[in-house]
Amino acid sequence: MNMIQAINSAMDVMMERDDQVVVMGEDVGYFGGVFRATAGLQAKYGKTRAFDTPITEIGIIGVAIGMGAYGLRPVPEIQFADYIYPALDQLVSEAARLRYRSNGDFTAPITVRSPYGGGIFGGQTHSQSPEGIFTHVSGIKTVIPSTPYDAKGLLIAAIEDNDPVLFLEPKRIYNGPFDGHYDRPAKNWTAHPASEVPTGYYRVELGKAATVREGEAVTILCYGTMVHVVAATIEELGVDAEIIDLRTLVPLDIEAIEASVKKTGRCMIVHEATRTSGFGAELSALVQERCFYHLEAPIARVTGFDTPYPHSLEWAYFPGPVRIREALNKLLKD
Amino acid sequence: MTVDAPRANLPPLSLHVPEPRFRPGDEADFSDLVVPPAGAARRPDTAEPADRFHELAYGLVRVLDDAGNAVGPWDPRLDAEAKRKMLRSMALTRAFDERMFRAQRQGKTSFYMKSTGEEAVSVAAALAMAGDDMCFPSYRQQGILITRGYPLVEMMNQIYSNRGDPLQGRQLPIMYSSKETGFFSISGNLATQYPQAVGWAMASAARGDTRIAATWCGEGSTAEGDFHSALTFATVYRAPVIFNVVNNQWAISSFSGFAGAEATTFAARAIGYGIAGLRVDGNDALAVYAATQWAAERARTNQGPTLIEHFTYRAEGHSTSDDPSAYRSAGEPNAWPLGDPIRRLKDHLIGLGEWDEERHAAMDLELAETVKRAQKEAEKNGILGHGMHQPFETMFEGVFEEMPWHLKEQSDQMIAERKAAGI
Repeated sequence: MNMIQAINSAMDVMMERDDQVVVMGEDVGYFGGVFRATAGLQAKYGKTRAFDTPITEIGIIGVAIGMGAYGLRPVPEIQFADYIYPALDQLVSEAARLRYRSNGDFTAPITVRSPYGGGIFGGQTHSQSPEGIFTHVSGIKTVIPSTPYDAKGLLIAAIEDNDPVLFLEPKRIYNGPFDGHYDRPAKNWTAHPASEVPTGYYRVELGKAATVREGEAVTILCYGTMVHVVAATIEELGVDAEIIDLRTLVPLDIEAIEASVKKTGRCMIVHEATRTSGFGAELSALVQERCFYHLEAPIARVTGFDTPYPHSLEWAYFPGPVRIREALNKLLKD
Repeated sequence: MTVDAPRANLPPLSLHVPEPRFRPGDEADFSDLVVPPAGAARRPDTAEPADRFHELAYGLVRVLDDAGNAVGPWDPRLDAEAKRKMLRSMALTRAFDERMFRAQRQGKTSFYMKSTGEEAVSVAAALAMAGDDMCFPSYRQQGILITRGYPLVEMMNQIYSNRGDPLQGRQLPIMYSSKETGFFSISGNLATQYPQAVGWAMASAARGDTRIAATWCGEGSTAEGDFHSALTFATVYRAPVIFNVVNNQWAISSFSGFAGAEATTFAARAIGYGIAGLRVDGNDALAVYAATQWAAERARTNQGPTLIEHFTYRAEGHSTSDDPSAYRSAGEPNAWPLGDPIRRLKDHLIGLGEWDEERHAAMDLELAETVKRAQKEAEKNGILGHGMHQPFETMFEGVFEEMPWHLKEQSDQMIAERKAAGI
């Protein structure tokens, strides 16, 4: 399966297992989603379980919260993460706080799916990585898969989770892993071991990172598309790096991070999102607090620049092989 | 035409900034406010298509006339016992408000909001709905909780944020929550409950349930985007929901003109969405009851949503932190032509020979005693800032279903900090 098929399969499995699961969003019903993630679900489960919505993100999330309060388990889709902002109030003030403010009287067991990230010439409003806005919000979990296998297992775990989950899907790798070399032909998932996805039910637990590659020279913390970009760059450079795919940003697998950095003594953080106050800043602070006496060099961050996501200059902006190599050379020399 | 002065022959544009009719020091005079006579509005079939509500959305459904008689097709024809129950719930809501306002002034809590003058809007609506219908209120519908029999002591425990507080001291006073009572957790963020109510109603319909939802917001909050989203969703899916807009003329210091009232009514908003719209005398408990009952039947028979504008008046300050004399005429509440909802229902019952001044005075006394007793009971659990609060570590509970490591660490840190400081 590619990542879209895996995500589709996760929803299919959960809708089959639990008739409280409903999927909803712009174009997700009859048409099956602009990325085909919900294809076939309406035909299989009917219009009251998989339905199209009006174009209002406030409404999509607000309605999903109300459905959750009723007892359903909604999986709303926001077509692009760049368009999640109208729903910010519903997500931050409502979904994330409902359990706390009502002392468990009401909960919002919703899973908000949204394609995110760049590398597709999406320009300003089809490329953003807003995860740092949500990791800053207490009461919401943030999950980002990097392979078809994880995407399905994490999405099932997210749907079953009784807390609101923001499930960001790196759309650059929907169809195949991306090594950062935009000028080479795109790969599909077929050759990747993580494209072996069971058709039935399984979970990948939230809050657990995956060690993509073990190494001794440096720990690289990343997630989403950047896992593949980092892995390919490391192989090209022949650096013995330990690559950790965080998979869940909140709650974070701090043990995996701490153990790795204490072993390697160096840490690099790579994400597509803009740098200032991005999630990398939190990672950096945590590593500094917990691994200070093991660090042999300052923690490095390779991130998007603090600009809106550019269209024509995308490959200068994207934290691709060139930018990672330069930062790594410096980090290993320090 | 020159580049420097295009359209020089036209008068310059001017920006209209609404201004309320009366400011502090002005004499309030509503004599020119058009109040349609009671009994004049038609009562359509609950299945009537939404495009036929123009007159009802711009008019005013009224049952009680100036002499206190119930007249016209909207008279819900309740028996005297039901009316006395309604009167009692309204009076209890007012007594509760009075007592809690005073408690705030005495420093027993940080904040309170009264619903004085708007008791009919919550009480009569709650009585017209089924007990298991779900309410998504704003912060001024305490009358729903009181009508549905939620314990006053629990309300007060919440207001005092004491060790008995069902919300564990996490919420600002009056932001109640009671799933059991069908009263959704109140949020400080305005109008967010509107699309949530629609979602609840859609879920009920999707599951083939027979319960409906109702939601409330003030006229000021109708300007929020959530209002628009909710009405769009409700009409698209014909959701079994009642939208209540409590037009009490004021959103803190802003008069209703800043929500668009100079150009239209709030009930008329429904027309453009294809939703049935009723504009109701919000100080006429029987009209509120009748309109809610009508909308509930419409929803329950799959005819879709209704928007009810309750035309009323916020008789007191916005909250204990507000001083209305700074922005509106002190005479406004008394000059308000639709009167007081409690007095109007009381006069009606007296006119029927089903009530009298002595019984009313006795009831008021009894209710004041009831509230006072509840207050004593609640204060055994403590008042705000006097130490009888929830254990400190409860602050970290309920953020998530299970506490993640970073919250455990922060909880331990707080305890260690307090210990180190000797407190």
